[in-house]
Amino acid sequence: MRSYLKNMKTITKVDYATYLGVILAFIVVTICQSQGLVNRSVSGMLVPICCYVCMSISLNLTVGILGELSLGHAGFMSVGAFSGIIASMSLQSSISSELGRMVIALVVGAVFAAIVGFIVGIPVLRLRGDYLAIVTLAFGEIIKDLINCLLVGWDENGLHIALNVDGTKSMSTLGLSENGIEIIKGAQGATGNDRIATFTMGFVLVMITLIVVLNLVRSRTGRAIMAIRDNRIAAESVGINVTKYKLIAFVTSAALAGSAGALFGLNYSNVTAIQFDFNTSILVLVYVVLGGLGNIWGSIIATVILYVLPEALRQFSDYRMLVYAIVLILVMLATNNPQVRALLGRVIPKRKGAALDE
Amino acid sequence: MEFLSYLITGISLGSIYAIIALGYTMVYGIAKMLNFAHGDVIMVGGYVSFYVTIFAGNNLLGEDPSALATGAVALVSVLLAMAVCTVLGVVIEGLAYRPLRQAGSLAVLITAIGVSYFLQNAAQLLFGANPKNFTPIVSGQLTLFGGQLRISYVALLTIVACVVIMLGLTAFTGKSRMGKAMRACSEDRGAAQLMGINVNATISMTFAIGSALAAVAGVLLCSYSPVLQPTTGSMPGIKAFTAAVFGGIGSIPGAFLGGLLLGIIEALAQAYISTQLSNSILFAVLIVVLLVKPSGLLGKYVPEKV
Repeated sequence: MRSYLKNMKTITKVDYATYLGVILAFIVVTICQSQGLVNRSVSGMLVPICCYVCMSISLNLTVGILGELSLGHAGFMSVGAFSGIIASMSLQSSISSELGRMVIALVVGAVFAAIVGFIVGIPVLRLRGDYLAIVTLAFGEIIKDLINCLLVGWDENGLHIALNVDGTKSMSTLGLSENGIEIIKGAQGATGNDRIATFTMGFVLVMITLIVVLNLVRSRTGRAIMAIRDNRIAAESVGINVTKYKLIAFVTSAALAGSAGALFGLNYSNVTAIQFDFNTSILVLVYVVLGGLGNIWGSIIATVILYVLPEALRQFSDYRMLVYAIVLILVMLATNNPQVRALLGRVIPKRKGAALDE
Repeated sequence: MEFLSYLITGISLGSIYAIIALGYTMVYGIAKMLNFAHGDVIMVGGYVSFYVTIFAGNNLLGEDPSALATGAVALVSVLLAMAVCTVLGVVIEGLAYRPLRQAGSLAVLITAIGVSYFLQNAAQLLFGANPKNFTPIVSGQLTLFGGQLRISYVALLTIVACVVIMLGLTAFTGKSRMGKAMRACSEDRGAAQLMGINVNATISMTFAIGSALAAVAGVLLCSYSPVLQPTTGSMPGIKAFTAAVFGGIGSIPGAFLGGLLLGIIEALAQAYISTQLSNSILFAVLIVVLLVKPSGLLGKYVPEKV
């Protein structure tokens, strides 16, 4: 056993440590919850934290591993959230088990987000650098606007969908029967959802996301993706199909964001499209960059800390977002300024193998 | 006639975007960074002008001020807003961006986002979250064709200001010593430094000019849609960034053209297609243009060297 551990690559050890850390955190939180040590405000944060952890891991796949800046990741979350809500609400009568509906919602969310990711990815991935970033931003805004116009209802005849482009349509245009359910009401969003998301489901989703991303990254495909990031022309010249591998990374990332969105949507009784705007994409990007590009466990830790930080700063009430902004700037200055880094390097000796993560 | 009036609204809105986009594009061309805080500098400019006008209205002007006095107050408020924003821009650059000159572009981007959060929240604390009702700096409108076509003086002023600024900037970057230094820095920062150009001072200067333009844009934007709140600048900021990319980022005529086209598309889409989807239409046009011309309308195509 010991020799097995010794022979393992550092990367593999880090991966296992990541899995172990997530499992341990889940066990500790569950035990605390059963002992009544977790108050309501903290337990309300557990599912969103799981969602954002999945979001930042999946965005890290695009930004850190593939090396393309995406500013529209919340768009995929939005697609996942609303398709998941539609699936779960319309299956309410036929499937009574909440767990069953939850799983179906997550799968539906992932599939729809993957389809949108594919449609968006084909044009977007032809561009480079900041142009790619601005186009992902544009797609995110378009998705938000379209969902803002979407009217969806369900009755025994199936789904009724309308797009309220000119502001003249309302829920009554859908022509729902008496037992129909209004699912998405345009700009008001989805109201009256079943809140069926649970922390256990969130944990399972984080684990699935981790398994998918880590296995992808450590596989032949993952190495091809990283080769494209490091030098596209060199990668192309050794026969790597750039478009194919870029699309694999982008669509996987979108699908994972979609299932995270579905979980998020089913955790609240009201969800609107505005919640998934540009600022949400930026929020997740901040988690990824502060956690370290391409560093999966870094993303997890940064997400948890940065999600909890504004809540922990509640005592500063009005000043909390100001403090958050200052902390963000100072952390970026401290970690990226050469002088500060040299100073830190003298205080803390660089550990062995640290370079592997970078 | 209806079409003409929508077109003029579009051109004046586009002129505001163009002024903001000029600031974006200059900073991008020289510092190679996306300054996400640019939109919030606009908001600061709006607030400064708002408070100067309120202060003057309460203390300096009498009950029924003459047109000349109101005009003078408007001018002073714009100049003060420009001064405050210039200082703000230089301070932001010096404190937050300069230490990261050697760092990766993503690190700078996140810092810019941090600065943007900071400005928004500081404004919320200082000025309150409630929207303020901004008094347009010029009132009244021009009536043409027997009342069929009305053009507000603000729209005319915006268009004139935009053209003047664009011509001024083109002359400045083309002829003056500092402008040449800016172009040199944007071409190759290392080589410019070796030629004895003070790169840090040049970048500071760029931020100063960009922020002064943002102040002008802020006042014009608030005169166009008179609601002022801490988040006023963010959406126009994003759209102006889009405009800069649309026209080819780093190019001054490109930013002008991009801003103008974006404003026209937005106004016409709002009038004839859908108010809800006007932003989507605008972004869809951007996507199509970038797919056909990946470096923007007037952007330079830089071939990749192997």
